[in-house]
Formats: sequence, C-alpha cells, structure tokens
Amino acid sequence: MPDDSFDQRYIPKEHRFVGTTPIKQDGTDKVTGRAVFGADTHLPGMLVGKVLRSPHAHAEIISIDTSKAETVKGVKAVCTSADFPDIGNGMFADISTNCMARGKALYDGHAVAAVAATSEAAAKEALKLIDVEYKVLPHVIDAKEAAAKDAPILHPGRRPKGMEIDYDTNITERGEWKMGDVEAGFAEADFIVEDEYVTQPMHQGYIEPQACVANYTEDGQAELWTCTQSPWVFRLRMSEILKMEVSRIKVTPSELGGAFGGKTSFYADPLAVVLSRKAQRPVKIVLTRGEVLRSTGPVSGIHTRVKIGMTKDGKFTAAEGEVYMQSGAFAGAGLVNALTGMLCRYSTPNVHTFGFEVASNRPKVNAFRAPNVPQTCFAVEGVIDTLSKQSGIDPLDLRLKNAAAEGFKNLHGETFGPIGFVDVIEAAKKHPQYSAPLGPNQGRGVAAGFWFNRGGETTASVNLSSDGTVNVMLGTPDVAGSRISMSLMVAEELGIDPGRVRTRLADTSALGYNHSSAGSRVTFSSGLAVIECTRKCIATVCKRAADTWGIDADSVAYEDGVVRPAGANAGDFEPLTLADICGKAASQGGAIAGHAEIVAKGAGPGFAIHICDIDVDPQTGFTKILRYAVIEDCGKAIHPHQVEGQYQGAAVQGIGWALNEEYIYNDKGVMENPSFLDYRMPVASDLPMIDAVIIEVPNPNHPYGVRGVGEVPLTPTMAAVGNAIGNAIGVRPKSLPMSPPKLLKLMEENELPVAAE
Amino acid sequence: MAKTHITTTVNGDEYEGLAAPGQSLLSFIRDDLFMTGTKEGCGTGDCGACSIMLDGRLTCACLVMAVEADGADIETIEGMAQGNELHPLQRKFLEHNGSQCGICTPGFLVTAKALLDKNPNPTETEWRFWLAGNLCRCTGYDKIIRAVMDAAEEMRGN
Repeated sequence: MPDDSFDQRYIPKEHRFVGTTPIKQDGTDKVTGRAVFGADTHLPGMLVGKVLRSPHAHAEIISIDTSKAETVKGVKAVCTSADFPDIGNGMFADISTNCMARGKALYDGHAVAAVAATSEAAAKEALKLIDVEYKVLPHVIDAKEAAAKDAPILHPGRRPKGMEIDYDTNITERGEWKMGDVEAGFAEADFIVEDEYVTQPMHQGYIEPQACVANYTEDGQAELWTCTQSPWVFRLRMSEILKMEVSRIKVTPSELGGAFGGKTSFYADPLAVVLSRKAQRPVKIVLTRGEVLRSTGPVSGIHTRVKIGMTKDGKFTAAEGEVYMQSGAFAGAGLVNALTGMLCRYSTPNVHTFGFEVASNRPKVNAFRAPNVPQTCFAVEGVIDTLSKQSGIDPLDLRLKNAAAEGFKNLHGETFGPIGFVDVIEAAKKHPQYSAPLGPNQGRGVAAGFWFNRGGETTASVNLSSDGTVNVMLGTPDVAGSRISMSLMVAEELGIDPGRVRTRLADTSALGYNHSSAGSRVTFSSGLAVIECTRKCIATVCKRAADTWGIDADSVAYEDGVVRPAGANAGDFEPLTLADICGKAASQGGAIAGHAEIVAKGAGPGFAIHICDIDVDPQTGFTKILRYAVIEDCGKAIHPHQVEGQYQGAAVQGIGWALNEEYIYNDKGVMENPSFLDYRMPVASDLPMIDAVIIEVPNPNHPYGVRGVGEVPLTPTMAAVGNAIGNAIGVRPKSLPMSPPKLLKLMEENELPVAAE
Repeated sequence: MAKTHITTTVNGDEYEGLAAPGQSLLSFIRDDLFMTGTKEGCGTGDCGACSIMLDGRLTCACLVMAVEADGADIETIEGMAQGNELHPLQRKFLEHNGSQCGICTPGFLVTAKALLDKNPNPTETEWRFWLAGNLCRCTGYDKIIRAVMDAAEEMRGN
C-alpha cells in the first residue's frame, strides 16, 4: 500500500500524461464566448458603479459636496473616503487610500468619489454633479527627481524604511546587500565597465479591464465576483480596510482576462462593496481602459547603475548595482527583487547592491512578471555586452564562464541546488539562430534572465465521484493553463485518463487560504497540493479495497486506476477499479477525498537566454524584429503548449517594453496617452514567430521536477533587444523605450552611419 | 431622453430592445441581450475584442451606437459554432492553444473568419496585418497565427 505521508522529492520516471498537450478543459468556453470574465456577471437588480477621479497629479482635497449628485434620478448611493473607516497608517491604510483618496489626491486618476445608479447615464450624470474643491500642489513624476531634497513631498511626516533621517522625503525605503569584498574584487579586474540605464514603467496591459460585482446584504455579508489573481488576499485586505470579519466576505474569481501581476491588488472592488452596502443592491464596476492606464499599477521604472569588473580571461571579479525605483504614490515596490535578482545568476564572488524606492505622483506600482528583475537585466546584460566587446569574448561564452551553478551561494544567501543556467546557455550556443547570417543594418543580441520562482501558502482538494471520475478544487486562479496542468498531474498520480479529471477554481469559502497566483508559484505549489490530495485519495482507495477483501491494507497495490491484492494475497481476489470502490463509498465510510494545506517550499529558480535579431531602418530609426528565440529551463513542462505560450507571450511583452510602451505625462503630471491607441502594445504585424525552446533540468523538490515558467521569459527581453540594436547601429541604447525618434537621436549624437554587421 | 425601440437579428434570431441615448451596440449586446461573448477591452476601437459582423462587415461593436443597429443583421461569437460542431477556427485555436486567457479570443475568431470569407488562402503576412487590429497580451500571437493558418488549410480541404 502506498505511504500516505507526502514526499515532494523528484522521482525520475517515464510519464504517461505529464508532458502531453491535451486541449485544456476551459478552452471550449473560451472559443465559444461562454467563459465568464469579470465584466460578464449580471445579478438581478444590479446597479452600475462609476468612479470620479482626480484630474490633478497632486492636490489637497478641501471639500467634496455630493448633495447634488444624490438627487439625480436613479442614483442609489454615493461614497467618498468618509465611508471608509480610518484605519490609521500602514500597508492596509495605504491600500485603502489608494482605492479612495483621503485628504489628498496623489496622482492623475486617483479615485475621489464613486456613485451607484440604475443606469450608466444616471451614474455619469451624478459624477458631473459631485463638487470637489481642490488645492493643486506641486507634483513630481520622475523617481530620481522625487528623491531630491527639494522635491514636492507626497507624504509629509513619513520616514523611509532602512534609513535614519530627520527630514521629509519621498524615499520610502533603502535596501542594501553585500557579499565578499567589492573593492578588492575591482582591484583584481583587468576590465571595469560602469554604466547607467533607465527603464520606464510598463503597464501589464491585460486586455480585460478590472471588473467586479459586489453584493452586500442586510445580514452584513459581502460577496464579490471579480477578476483576481488573489481571491484570499482580496478577502483579507477587504476585511482589513472595511473592518469586516474575514469569513463574512466571499470572493469568487472569474476567468482572468490577462493579469501578469496586475490583478494581485484591488482598486474598485472595495468601492463596489461600500456602494452595495449603502444601496442594499448589487453593484458592478467595470473600469474603462483610460481608468486602467491612469489608476492601476504599472511595474516600476528603474534607474540602474551597474559596475562589473572582469579579468582578461573573462571571470567577473566584482559587481556593484545601484537602483532608484519609482514606486508610485505609495511605498512598496519590491526593492528586494531588484537588489537580489539583478546579479545572482552570475557566480561573482564580490557583490554589492543598494538602492532606493521613491514615491512620486503616479499610480502605485504593482507586480508584473518577475517584478523589477527585467529592468535591472536591461542594465546588467548591457554592461556584460560591453565587457564582451572590450575583451573580444563571445557574449554567450562570457555568460557561460560566469554562470552560477549548483553549490553557488548567492547574494541573498541561498545556495543554488541543481539549476539550468549552464544548460540554457549551451543550448543557445547550438541554436541555429545564433549562427544565422545577418544583413546590413541588422544586429543580434543575447541576454540572460532569471527569476527565483516562489512557493507559499496553498490549499486544494480532490474529490472522487461515484463513477471514479475526479474533481479538483484549485485555490490559485488560472493565469496560464494551470487547470489543465493540475488535471494532468492528478491523472498521472491516479494513472487514469486526464479527461476523467476536471479542475475548477474555488471561491474563498470552499478552501483554506491561498496566496496569489503570482511569483511563478502555481504549477509548483498547487501542483504539490493536488498531488498530496491525490495520494491521500489513493491511500483511502487502497484501504477500502483491503477492507472489502478482509486483508491488511499494506497487502494491496494500486496502479492505473485499479487495486489488486499483492504479496502473499496476489491473485486471491478480483481487482477493484476506482469506480467499483467509489461506487460503494456510502457503505464504506463516505466519499473519498483528499485535501492539502501546505506552505510550499523549494521552488527551483529558473534561467533563460534570449536571442534577438533585429533590423534598424537608418532613415526612420524603426526597429523590426526579424527572429527571436527563447531558451528557458522550466524544470518540467507539464503541458508544453502552455509553457511555450508563456515563453512567447512574455517575450512579446518585453519587445513592447523595449520598443514602444511608455507613459507620457504633461507638465501638469497628467497622463497624455491613456488608451491602447497611444499606449502602443505589440500587434501581430510587428512580430515574427517566436521560437520557444524548453529545457528541463528537474527541480529536486517537486515529484515531476516543476520549477516555474511565466516570469523568467520577460527578464532578458529588453536587454536582448537593446544589445541587438547596439550591435546593429554601433551604440547600445541605455534608456527605454528604444523608439524610432530616440534611436535616430542616438545615431545622430554619436555620428553613426548605420554599419553592416 | 427617451430610449429608442430597435429590432436586430443576432445570429439568425430576431431581438427587440430599447436603446438608450449614447448606448453603444456593444453595451446593447452585452447588457441588454446578455450575450457576453463579445468583450470590451478598450471602448475606443483599439483592441478588437468586441469584433462582430454588422451587415456582413467586420466592425468594432464599441464604435457603433445601439440605435444604428435597428434593422441590422449581426453575427457574434455565439453564432460561430453550428450546434455541437465547432467552427474549424475554434477547433484550431484549441488544438494550437491559440487562446490563453481567452478574453481576446472571440474577437480574433470573428476577425479571422471575416478574412477567410473573402480570402481562403492568406499568407502569414496577410494574416498578421489583418489581425493587427486585435490585441492579445498573452500569446505573442505565435500560436494564434499557427491556428488560423492551420484552420485555413483545413478549410481549403488539404
């Protein structure tokens, strides 16, 4: 009989279902229009909620008069910060104030009031009649300018984390990490390159705007249907900012129409709950694209200074990194990711990183695919390319000479286990694109990327039905095919066809706490949980069979959906199928189910190399992507099509970040391009096919070797594009986006005729 | 202002409704007819998620007023499958994993079908330019392009 204590170690073996590509079970609903996304829920009596937003980047709110708005026919509720409990200071208070401005508007688009009405027209009319008196204050947009002593201060009286200072500042945090002796390391170097690079904030760009329906009822319960990566996090935060008992709130995740980190925080959801409480009717709020761009979090833009020292034979002796991160209107931008993630893929013995998070009059930043590592890669991989040119060492060879491998203790104190960095570099060297010929005005760039991959709090349940088919309840919303991946892992454990396993998303009342679908943690963490659930089910199935036969529970064997007597009893009884055993559950102790509540640990880090070939038009500065390859170690591809899709999609997001996407603020601090026409994301005609190469170096801490997939493939992209442009035009651009006017200017400044490779 | 009575045919069925002043056809389809397969990504005609066929012409439903649809013949994603038989484009999207999160998928399918209705054999470049009005943030377009090309090939009988 199988041991029901859970062993998460990797076991090398042939798989029947893991690694195959069946059509995902949520697919049909998506191609027929049936899938229910955030905006697709309709409840009887539902009201339309609309939000009034600050037109100023920074302004004191002197008064808000809602009396006229309340008289509009059809208006059922109006809310302002006065309807939210004052919960003092701290993270939850900041979350509340970001959702609804209190005292000051801190960015263009900051919510200041909201209404619920029986029609959209009435709601819009009411918004016009809300009278807000503002006192406009000086504002600051750029992180470095905001860090200056004379900058307008967003939060007077606050002091940064990690710094002892006695004056007001927009710096919200200072961090520092050190390893070895950096000065001694630089003294040993034959080459030292130091440079500064600037990245712009980038919006996650999910096509589905945030949308929710809230229903607060007379008995003090609230239900929320919303598009979220984080149902339990939403519930906890809602309970904190509205002072409600956690279990009175039920969050049901809808299909997620793209998220990429941007739906780990809520914006209008608490407004909908408050409006519903006041109106005693369900309230739906769907953000417009303009609201999404003006008020929901992009990821930080970062100023990065990098200095790397290297010997003649290409070994890095020391590295230093300094960052200024724009965190938006509030603290908390994930500085630690930038400081520990920027250099740890290289086995440099002496490393020092430090940096600052700085508040400015922009929307609070949010997570986005390996938050803050891609920006630092743009800088680090640029410096490494310069070192490659100075030393004449091939760029991939140079990365190979310095690649971290098993046993290297990195800056954040983790000793790497078996990792695939060397494997991906070697695969990249052999990739045909790396030796394909280039024409005039064309360039090739390579860059390496990294992400930690995460674990964390996770729950799941597996229920066997009377016919032996299986339902899996998943607590981590499906951002990238996780339902089919869970079904495949459960099917593999049970040895039954994946078509007999159906995975669905749980609401917050159906399972215990789950951390967000974020950090590339889902296939690893929820994978561990559903495997544990399934093994518990198998143990019960075996016991039921043994009881039926009147033999010891350890005298039976389970394989491929069938229990057989084993050992001394082998052949004594007819085998029993899952359906045989599950069908008798009522007379044998009840339904067969397994549940798991874990804090997943041991997610293996992931590494990638991207190869980018581009063509720069010397007349216009326009960059065309000619060829693009993503070579990445994901540990194990449970469903390879889903993995390839992640590699390709992330790379294309990075291409957008590299070439086009940026926030344009006018001199009043108002965003001038809050639409998909002007915030230009890549379209099909911008791109070639993206070659996705899956490398599998198993994670020793997952039965199938899973690491994580979705974040690593954004990390090297802008660097690969930037290095390619540098090789095409002869000078490496150091700020994003690398748009045509900027490239033309760069070529002019450097008096560069566009050179043939 | 009073609402306007309109009659439209959607996927072969006749519907009546009251269009509010300023109401988009997209809102009418989603909020009045409860056909939520047609998606709103931007409301300004930039993302293609609300693509429908309006009197045989590929249209962003967010850019048309509901009152303009009086007497019109509309096709949406809900009408693409025939009974239990998915359209080849829908099947190929599933086989190639051309749909990741799925929010853009109905728009891509309606748009792709509109091209195949007039050109059964588009090149990859033609596909990429035809679909350039449809934004997808998940896939990088690779698997979408493979899906539509494979569907076109199957529909040509190869």
